[in-house]
Amino acid sequence: MAPAIMTLAADAPKLDSGSTAFMLISAALVMVMTPGLAFFYGGMVRVKSALNMLMMSFISLGIITVLWTLYGFSFAFGSGNGFMGGTHWFGMRHIGIGELWPGYGIPVYVFAVFQLMFAIITPALISGALADRVKFTAWSLFITLWATVVYFPVAHWVWASDGWLFKKGVIDFAGGTAVHINAGAAALGVILVIGKRKGFKRDPMRPHNLPLVMLGCGLLWFGWFGFNAGSWLGSDGVAAVAFTNTQVATAAAMLGWLIYERLRHGSFTTLGAASGAVSGLVAVTPACGSISPLGAILLGLVTGVICAAAVGLKYRFNYDDSLDVVGVHMVGGIVGSLSIGFLATGGVGQTAKGVFYGGGWHQLGLQFIGVGAVLGYSLVCAVVLAKLIDLVMGFRVTEDEEITGVDQVLHAETAYDFAGVGGARSAADPAATSSEAGASPVKKVDA
Amino acid sequence: MKLITAVVKPHRLDEIKEALQAFGVHGLTVTEASGYGRQRGHTEVYRGAEYTVDLVPKIRIEVLVEDADAEQLIDVVVKAARTGKIGDGKVWSLPVDTAVRVRTGERGPDAL
Repeated sequence: MAPAIMTLAADAPKLDSGSTAFMLISAALVMVMTPGLAFFYGGMVRVKSALNMLMMSFISLGIITVLWTLYGFSFAFGSGNGFMGGTHWFGMRHIGIGELWPGYGIPVYVFAVFQLMFAIITPALISGALADRVKFTAWSLFITLWATVVYFPVAHWVWASDGWLFKKGVIDFAGGTAVHINAGAAALGVILVIGKRKGFKRDPMRPHNLPLVMLGCGLLWFGWFGFNAGSWLGSDGVAAVAFTNTQVATAAAMLGWLIYERLRHGSFTTLGAASGAVSGLVAVTPACGSISPLGAILLGLVTGVICAAAVGLKYRFNYDDSLDVVGVHMVGGIVGSLSIGFLATGGVGQTAKGVFYGGGWHQLGLQFIGVGAVLGYSLVCAVVLAKLIDLVMGFRVTEDEEITGVDQVLHAETAYDFAGVGGARSAADPAATSSEAGASPVKKVDA
Repeated sequence: MKLITAVVKPHRLDEIKEALQAFGVHGLTVTEASGYGRQRGHTEVYRGAEYTVDLVPKIRIEVLVEDADAEQLIDVVVKAARTGKIGDGKVWSLPVDTAVRVRTGERGPDAL
């Protein structure tokens, strides 16, 4: 993914067991981000849709893994043209066990499974914008189509050695464009089609469990070290700088968000701390291999403040980005991607220099192209796909089902049973079921 | 007999319990409740969005007493519950026809 190391390709590197071990662990770290995201989002919704929010992330682990094995990896990273990979690696059949990823000391299998985890979390990120109101089948179909039409090609554009954005020199170290802008723009596209939650701006929609949000944020932060440092595909000094920058920018962004909301709204909130940290993780993702730790402090502070301000836009423009996927991931991704044009030192993993380091405006221009291309493509595709799904099967649940709560309606479960006398009866008890067999309170619906 | 009901601030519960014990009350029922009076809730902020939470947590205390003790007991509860700030709550009493101690079947004041 990093241009500088391509010069080593001629040396035909041997298997590097240190890097391979590091990358396998990094893949596992990135995997745990998706459950982390599930809890981060799950705690933020109302109690009646907590399980649905968790499931929208978990189903991505199921669906995308299978797609990736069948054709996703091949379309994303197989050799093809500038826009899409080829079919050679369909079913992962033609990958040799000892075959190394070109130019690196790690097996292709390691690269493929590491990248799989990115492909899983990216569609899952979109789910936060759709809280409380979409059919689970429609969501599952959407991520299947969106991953195929948008994520796999865009990953190819940005990271494959023959991808058109990569060849132009656009820098995206670990996924500011391919993951975060991509998911944020798709979230915006879908909510423009499906509309707002019932009661948006009128009813209070408070997070039902902030400790769960903090736990999810912690898991994301932890997993992100694999996401960012692992994107160097080797364990050396550059990976360590990326690791360091990830920590520094995240810390600074948390402070930036907290300071902003203390001045603006009067309190340091836990949700603000978690959101600020995640915005910093997002912003440093594309930049962590190009900037210095001092640059990371600046990037983090700026991102925390900008994202804290950006999450208010949905009320002004009246779109229901329920858990602020656009405000945090798209905006954070844009800030991070463009920051490379200013803060790239030229002395870390990449030789490109930003404005502040005497590199002129060239890299910033390239970053604009990367941001614009991914944002535009993902937004348009998401609108089209969502509209299509809405026409064919309906994207949303009915109004009654939305009010009842999607946990009960779609999943036939309740997140928390604290009462013990809540009126639940066992289906195994014939006396209980036979008397009211025809009057089941939860209608069976087309999920 | 009278049923004295008090809906008060949760953090006054211990004071009220102690005061009632000192007065000689043998039993009471406490329920977590929510509601509002003139206090009209409070404001919470989530990612900059302000929510007015108009149902505030309260404690509902119920005590059965003999008619003769009712007025004095109300005073005891009110004194223990009072902070002097808005939102201290309400106390009221209702007449009760009968009461039964389930274990023994005793009725009326003997059941208290």
